[in-house]
Amino acid sequence: MTIPGVVGILVLTAAIIALAKPVGSYLYAVYDGPRTWLEPVMGPLERRLYRWTGVDSKHEMRWTEYVFALLIFNLVGFIALYILLRIQSVLPFNPQHLPDLGPHLSFNTAVSFMTNTNWQAYSGEATMSYFSQDMLMIQQVLSPITGLCMAVAFIRGFSRKNADTLGNFWVDLTRTLLFVALPVLLISALVLVAMGTPDTLLPYAHVTTLQGGHQLIARGPVGAFESAMQFGDNGGGFFNVNAGHPFESPGAASLIFQMMIGVSIPVGLTYYFGKAVGDTRQGWTILAAMMAMFVAGVFILYHAEVATNPLLAQLGLHGPNLEGIDWRFGPALSSFFETLTTAVSWGSTAAANDSLMPLGGMIPLFNMMSGEVIIGAWGVGLLGMLAFAIMAVFLAGLMVGRTPEYLGKKIQAFEIKMAVLAMIVPTFVILGLAAWAVSSKGGLAGIFNPGPHGLSEILYAFASGVGNNGSAFGGLGAALPFYTWTVGLAMLFGRFAMYIPALAIAGSLARKQTVPAGAGTFPTHGATFAVLLIAVVVIVGALTFFPALALGPLAEHFQLWSGHVIGGGK
Amino acid sequence: MAVASPTGRVAAGIPLSVAVRESFRKLSPRSMVLNPVMFVVEIGSVFTSVDAVRYVIQGHTSLFSFTGQISIWLWLTVLFANFAEALAEGRGQAQAAALRSTRTDTVAKRIAGGRSARIEEVVASQLRAGDRVVVEAGDTVPSDGTVVEGTAAIDESPITGESAPVIRSAGSDADAVTGGTRVISDRIVVEITANPGETFLDRMIALIESAVRQKTPNEIALAILLAGLTLIFLVVVITIQPFAVYSGHAASITILIALLVCLIPTTIGGLMSAIGISGMNRLLRRNVLAMSGRAIEAAGDVNVILLDKTGTLTMGNRMAVEFLPSPGVNAGVLAEAALLSSMADETPEGRSVVELARSQFNVPNPDTGGAEFHEFSAETRMSGVDIHGRVVRKGAVDTVTAFVKDQGGSIPEEFIHREVQRIGSQGGTPLLVAEGDRILGAIHLKDVVKPGIRDRIVSLRDAGIKTVMITGDNPVTAATIAREVGVDDFVAEAKPETKLEYIRREQAEGYLVAMVGDGTNDAPALAQADVAVAMSSGTQAAREAGNMVDLESNPTKLIDIIEIGKQILITRGAMTTFSVANDVAKYFAIIPAMFVVIYPGLRALNIMGLTSPESAVLSAVIFNALIIPALIPLAMRGVAYKPKGAAAVLRNNLLIYGLGGLALPFVGIKLIDVVVTALHLVSLHA
Repeated sequence: MTIPGVVGILVLTAAIIALAKPVGSYLYAVYDGPRTWLEPVMGPLERRLYRWTGVDSKHEMRWTEYVFALLIFNLVGFIALYILLRIQSVLPFNPQHLPDLGPHLSFNTAVSFMTNTNWQAYSGEATMSYFSQDMLMIQQVLSPITGLCMAVAFIRGFSRKNADTLGNFWVDLTRTLLFVALPVLLISALVLVAMGTPDTLLPYAHVTTLQGGHQLIARGPVGAFESAMQFGDNGGGFFNVNAGHPFESPGAASLIFQMMIGVSIPVGLTYYFGKAVGDTRQGWTILAAMMAMFVAGVFILYHAEVATNPLLAQLGLHGPNLEGIDWRFGPALSSFFETLTTAVSWGSTAAANDSLMPLGGMIPLFNMMSGEVIIGAWGVGLLGMLAFAIMAVFLAGLMVGRTPEYLGKKIQAFEIKMAVLAMIVPTFVILGLAAWAVSSKGGLAGIFNPGPHGLSEILYAFASGVGNNGSAFGGLGAALPFYTWTVGLAMLFGRFAMYIPALAIAGSLARKQTVPAGAGTFPTHGATFAVLLIAVVVIVGALTFFPALALGPLAEHFQLWSGHVIGGGK
Repeated sequence: MAVASPTGRVAAGIPLSVAVRESFRKLSPRSMVLNPVMFVVEIGSVFTSVDAVRYVIQGHTSLFSFTGQISIWLWLTVLFANFAEALAEGRGQAQAAALRSTRTDTVAKRIAGGRSARIEEVVASQLRAGDRVVVEAGDTVPSDGTVVEGTAAIDESPITGESAPVIRSAGSDADAVTGGTRVISDRIVVEITANPGETFLDRMIALIESAVRQKTPNEIALAILLAGLTLIFLVVVITIQPFAVYSGHAASITILIALLVCLIPTTIGGLMSAIGISGMNRLLRRNVLAMSGRAIEAAGDVNVILLDKTGTLTMGNRMAVEFLPSPGVNAGVLAEAALLSSMADETPEGRSVVELARSQFNVPNPDTGGAEFHEFSAETRMSGVDIHGRVVRKGAVDTVTAFVKDQGGSIPEEFIHREVQRIGSQGGTPLLVAEGDRILGAIHLKDVVKPGIRDRIVSLRDAGIKTVMITGDNPVTAATIAREVGVDDFVAEAKPETKLEYIRREQAEGYLVAMVGDGTNDAPALAQADVAVAMSSGTQAAREAGNMVDLESNPTKLIDIIEIGKQILITRGAMTTFSVANDVAKYFAIIPAMFVVIYPGLRALNIMGLTSPESAVLSAVIFNALIIPALIPLAMRGVAYKPKGAAAVLRNNLLIYGLGGLALPFVGIKLIDVVVTALHLVSLHA
C-alpha cells in the first residue's frame, strides 16, 4: 500500500460521507418538505401527470396496495422489455442490424433490468441495438426509483403512528422521477460527455489503424446511458467491459465522478432516514456502520492486491497483482471502485473481479452475501440494513429489560417473522442454487475454472443475482440456459422475497403507537449500536457463508500462501 | 399445621433424581417438537447414534469411538436442556402441590334462601357465586367472597405465608376474603363470588402449572427467531455436502451434524423455558401472583408508575416532628401540655406526640390519677384532659381557637398565622395546644416518608421510569412531599377518576402505566393500567380488574415486580446474544477440521491450534453441551439487574454476554481440546 493510495482512499471516503447531508436534505424536501427549488419547473408537470394518468395524489395506500402497485409497475416494465428484446431486429435504431434475442437471454435480461440487478449475460455492443440500449436505459432509470419508493414507504412505517397507510406509490414514483432522477441524469450526462464519453446514434466507426489494419469501434448513445447506469446504481454497462471501457470512463476523473453520483442517493438516504424519523443521529449511526464495513473492505482488497503473489516471489518477481487492473486507475482506485460497486449493489466494474487475488475477490463476494446492506443501492440497501437493525435490536434489546423497540416501535413476533424471512432469502437462494449448480450437469457445464476458483465464480454469480448487484466474476458460462434461468430466479427472489416482507414490517410498524424515548430506551444511535449492528451483519448475515467461502476464496488463498498452485481441487 | 405457602420456603423444588428422570421422559418426540431447536439436536443424535452402531458392526473401531462419543455428547446436550426445564418446572409444581393441599373440602354453612335464614351444611365445592355463607371463628373460609355482614380477623397464612392476621369487614375497602383462609375471631357473612374451579386458589394453581405452556409475546418472537436461525443453519450445513463433493471429498455426516448442532442456538433454545418459569417463580416467592406471563413482561416495559402517597410513599400516618411555642411560652411547658393532652389519644398521631415530648424534652410520665380524658371525636375535633384543675386541649387550628375564645382568652393571631402558614408550606399539618384560655403553641405533624423509598425512586428514574405520586392533599402539601420523596410528578387533590384520566393521558402518548390499587374506586383505573397490581386485601372488584395480585398487600412491591420483569427479559436477551456470539469460535473449530483433508492450507484457519480434526469437532460439541448446565444457575437466578440507564445496561451486558460470548468458547474449546488430547479420547489419525 502506498501513502498516496491510502490517502486517496480516505479522501474519497470522506467525500462520500460529505454527500450524505446535502443529498439527504434534498430528499427530505422532495418527500416530506413543503417544496423544493425545482417546484416552479416540475410542479406543474407533476400535477399535469396526475391529471393525465388519473392518479389521486391524496389517496393513501396500505402496505399491500403499495406493494401491489409496485409489482404491477415492475411487471409491465418486464413484459415490455422482454417483447422489445425479442423483436429488436424489426425495430428502428439498429444500424448494426443485430438479431433478436432468444427467450432465455431475454428473460434473464428483462428480469435483470427490472430488478435493478443489471446482470448482463450478453455483451452489449455485440447484442443490443441502440433502441434496445435505450430501453435498457429507461429501465435503469425506473428500477432504482421503485427501490427508493420502497425505502421511503418503509421509513414512513417508523415516522407514522397509529396509521394504516404508507403513502401513495404513484406519487412517490412521480416525484422521484421528476425531482430526483431526471434533473441529475440530465446534468450528469452532460458532464460525462464533457469529460469525453461519446453520445451518438451514428453506426459503429470503421477506422484504419496506424499499421494500416481495419478496426470496428463500437459507439452509440453512451453518455446518457452511462449517466443512468451509474446514478441509479445499475451498473448495466453499454459495453461488455463496463466502466473499464475507455468510452465509459475516459479517465480517473470521470470514474470518480461516476462513483460520486452513484453513491449519492444511497448515502443521502441514511440522512433522510434520520431526518424523517426526527433524529438525524439515527441516520448517522447507520451510515457509520456502513462506512466502517466499507472502508475495512477497501483496505483488505487493496492490501491483497498490492501484496506480492508468493508464487511469483519465488521467481524473484515483486510488486502488485497486475492482472485485471486498469493501469489508468491503479490498484488503490480500483480497489475502492470494486468495493464500492459491490457494496452499493451497483455492479459496475472498472477492474476484472475474476482476476483479483483470492482474498481480494472475497470482498465483493462478502459485500453481496451480507445482503447488500453495506450502503446498498437506491432504497434497498437501507431497507436491508434496517432489517438487520431490527434483528440487532431484538437480539440485544432484550438485554436492557424492555420489549425491544426501534425508534419507538415495539419489535414483536410479526416483525421478527418478516425480518427472518427477508434474511433467510440470501442464504437459501445463494447456497441452494450454488449447491445445485455444483452437483448438476447443467451447472457444472458452465465451470471453466475447476476447483475453489470455480466455486467462487458460482457463489459470485448467485450472490450477485440475489443482491441485485449485477457484477460478475466472469469465467462462468453465464449465458447457458441453466445460469440464465437460475440467476434470473435469484434476482427475482433477491428483489421481491426480501423487500416485500420488509414492507409488511413497515405496514405493521405504522399501525403501532410510538413509545417516546427515555432513559430506559435502548439507544439505537452512537458507537455501541453501530458496533452491534456490524456484529449482527457479520455474524448472522455473512458468517453463514463461511463454510462455502472456506472451500472457495479462502481455500484458494491459503493454498496459495502455503505454496501450492491450484489447478483443480483434487 | 405446616404452612403450605407458595413463597418457596416449602417449595424449594423437586429432588434432582426426579428432574433427571423427567429429562429422559421429555426425550419423547411429542414433547421435543415443542422446542424446534432442541428437536433438531435430538434428530441429529439419532443419526449419529445409528452411524455409530453401523461402524461397530462393520468393525471400524476408531470411527465408532469418535462417532460414539459425538453421539453421547449430542444426547447429553438434549438431556441438559430437558434437565433445566424439569428443574424449573419442578419448582412450580412443588408450589402448586403445596397450594393444592390447602384446598381441603371444607364444610360450608350456607344460608338457605327465603325468609327462614336457615343454615344448611354443604361441601364447599358445591357453593356457587351468589350463595351466602356464615363463617365463624375457627372456620375455614369455604370459597372466595365478599364480606357482607360483620368484621373478622382472618389468618391468611395458608395463602400468603404471612402470619399476621388481617381485618376484613363489610362495606370497607378490605372486604374480600379468599377461600382457604381461616377466620380467627368474630363471625361474618360472606357472599360467594366464585363458582367452583374459578376461585383464586384454583386460578393460582392453574397459573403455576401452566406457566410452562403459555408463551409470552417476547418468548413467541424469540422462538420465531430461533427457529429461523435453525432453518438458516440447516440450509448452510446441508449445502456443505455438494460443495465438499465438488471440491473432491465428501464431508463426514457426523461432523456435519456436529457443526449443525454447534451453530444452532442450543444454549438459549435449551434454557428459554427455564428462564421464563423461574422468573414466574421468583415473582411468586415475593408473594405476587401474575395472572399471565404477559403481565410480567409488561412490567418490564412500564414507563410510568402511579404511586399512592399514603401507605406507599409515606408511612400512612402523620407524625409530630416539632413543638412551636407561642411567644412567651417555654417549649418545655408546651411539650408537657401536649403530652398530657395526648395521653388518651391512641391514634398514631397522638402516640407520636407523646413520643416526641419524651424524647425531645424528657417529659416524665405524668400522674394521671383522677384525670378526666376527652377522646377525639368527630364533633369536638379535639382531644385532651381535665386534670388537677387544668384543662388541656389539642386539636385542629379552628376548633382550638374557638375553644380558647370560648374560655375568654386572647388569640396570638400573628403567631398562628405565621406558623400555620409555614407548617402548611412544608407539607405538614398544624395542631394547636391550649391550656385554659391560653394558646401554648403549635405541633407540627408531618407525613413521614418511608425509609429507603427515596433511593428506590431514584433507581426507577435511572431505569427510565417516571414516578407519579397520587394524593388527596392540597397542591402545596403535595408539592412538598413530592419534592421530599423525589417523584417526577404528582397529582394533588386526586379524586377516584383522576387516576383513570392520568393513565389514559399517558397511554395516549405511548407510555405503559403501572399502578397499585385496592378499593372498588380503583377498579376502573386498574382495568385501564397496563400493569395493575391489586392488593389481596382489596375488594373483589379491584382483584378482578388487576392483572397481578400482591398476596402481602404491600404497595411498594410494584417496584420489585418491575425489576423482576426486566430481569427476565435481560436474562433471555443475554443468553440469546451469548448463544449467537458463540458461533464464531465454533466455525473456527469445525470448518478447518472438516476441510483440511481437501485443502491442507486451510490449517491456517485452525487459530486455536486444536490437536486434530477429530479432537476439534469433539471439543466444540462438548463445549456446546456443557455450557447449558453451566448456565442453568444463571437462568434460574436471572442476570443481575441494577437499575441504570438503558445505554449503560446495554454496554455492560454487551461486554459480558456479547464479547464474552465471542471470546469464551475460544478458551473453552481449547481447554477441552487439551483434556481430550491428554486422555486420548480420539485417536490422532482416525
